[in-house]
Amino acid sequence: MSGGVGLIHYLVVAALLFTMGVLGIFLNRKNIIVILMAIELILLAVNINLVAFSAALNDLVGQVFAMFVLTVAAGEAAIGLAILVIFFRGRGSISVDDPSRMKG
Amino acid sequence: MDYAANLAMTLPEVVLGLGAIALMLVAAWGGPASTKAVSWTAVAVLAGACVALVGPASSGGQAFYGLYRADSFAAFSKVLIYVAAAVAIVMAPDFFRRTAGDNLRPEYPVLILLSAAGMGMMVSAADLLTLYVGLELQSLAAYVLASFMRQDQRSAEAGLKYFVLGALASGILLYGISLVYGFTGSTLFDEIAGAYAAAPLTGDAKSTGLLFGLVFVFAGIAFKISAVPFHMWTPDVYEGAPTPVTAFFASAPKVAAIGLGVRVAVEAMGPAEGQWRQIVIFAALASILLGAVAAIGQQNIKRLLAYSSINNVGFALIGLAAGTQEGVASVLTYMAIYIAMTLGSFLVVLQMRDADGQPIETIASLAGLSRTRPGLAAALAIFMFSLAGIPPLFGFYAKFAVFYAAVQAGLFPLAVVGVVFSVIGAYYYLRLVKTMYFDEPAGTFGEGDRLEGGLIAAAAVIVSPLGYLVIPALSAWTLAAAASLF
Repeated sequence: MSGGVGLIHYLVVAALLFTMGVLGIFLNRKNIIVILMAIELILLAVNINLVAFSAALNDLVGQVFAMFVLTVAAGEAAIGLAILVIFFRGRGSISVDDPSRMKG
Repeated sequence: MDYAANLAMTLPEVVLGLGAIALMLVAAWGGPASTKAVSWTAVAVLAGACVALVGPASSGGQAFYGLYRADSFAAFSKVLIYVAAAVAIVMAPDFFRRTAGDNLRPEYPVLILLSAAGMGMMVSAADLLTLYVGLELQSLAAYVLASFMRQDQRSAEAGLKYFVLGALASGILLYGISLVYGFTGSTLFDEIAGAYAAAPLTGDAKSTGLLFGLVFVFAGIAFKISAVPFHMWTPDVYEGAPTPVTAFFASAPKVAAIGLGVRVAVEAMGPAEGQWRQIVIFAALASILLGAVAAIGQQNIKRLLAYSSINNVGFALIGLAAGTQEGVASVLTYMAIYIAMTLGSFLVVLQMRDADGQPIETIASLAGLSRTRPGLAAALAIFMFSLAGIPPLFGFYAKFAVFYAAVQAGLFPLAVVGVVFSVIGAYYYLRLVKTMYFDEPAGTFGEGDRLEGGLIAAAAVIVSPLGYLVIPALSAWTLAAAASLF
């Protein structure tokens, strides 16, 4: 591992991506599309983790898991965009700042 | 073990999956006209899935190389889930017929069936992969259900909020799963338990990874059961979603996610009990306190019931914190009684509508209900007293069971603090009863549906003191179900 890229490097990159994704959801003040991108970022961070562990453990389960995550993420994005379209039709805006219809 | 034996153990999910696909085709060709037929067939499919639980599906053990477990714990949870899903389908047509704007479409029962199939996988999961796929199947169907009233802006907003925070929860859970996989080397619950038992969980890098994985997994599950501090989506989603969907969210997915949480805590991370118990105790007490305090100022009955569900999840978690077989049995008892109380309350909320049939959701509109609709007022009073845990009603036994399990496990401070917090919760339930019985009438509600009236009466009888008659059977069944985890 010395000199080359080891497991720890992958884990650090994944942790950074995960943190950026979570911050992207909470600090984003502009647009809901950005939130969808942040969610994808989180899932990709998980995939990096899974594949890196899979290679390090010499075990295929992690890569199979990553395939499932990719597939489900595609379905999730489709549903998220569909809901976003309904939301936009009713309101004419997808800004995060737009005041909520519900309070309490 | 041959493939047929494996399939026999997953029969309820097979029935639900095939039923959902067949009904989706009927819906695609039949269009909106097929709504009624699809709805009743979906209820029949759920009944069929219940029947399919008899035999290997409730006692078979491991299926598909340990990915899936068919035991009595899963079977008990599935019965609750299927009953709640069936009630959610039955209560929908009347609501959508009277509400202006969107009509009920045949996709509704199909989505409920898919969600129920996902929940069945969640409570039967014996591997992190099964857990994830089941959870996502349930969640993806639920996001669509929340935004089902396409012309209603609140429904779209509820769907969007549920989607964003649900996806975030899945991401957090997945990150935890990836760490658990990496540091234990397996996704099977049994092998994960072995790895947690072998690791000292102090100091070195490996145990830090194991602990981080555990915390992330529990945070993701806490999101799904809307336990504090991951509850913030609940009031908005419950208020915005159509009422039958809210009733569904407050019942079936709660049971499934609690069942999943119990399975992960006991089966996969049992050896790390000392670590997750702190998280569960914090989430339990914070949920009870916040659910009680934040509900006090609410004007909308659906928001009030959302905080009530947060509060109730806290009590169920007290049983899990005990970590014993009695504790798990008390969680199942709690969820069974909670389902009856919650579905009953939401059925009463469905009856709240003006002369034109438009839904009303303000608590103020309940004023003087005892004079205009005495039966309805009595039923809601029973549900509220029961949710508050006031003795002659069945809700008291649910709370008694979890506190008893906590005391048996030596968690005296937890039980004492929980009881004190539950008194705060009683305040807002009683305020609702006071509004109904002692305030001047604010106007009458339109006539109700006879089927829903019958369901309300049935739920009221279950949570009335008559419910105590089923305690011997219920406790025997929940103890047997809990025993299958240990």
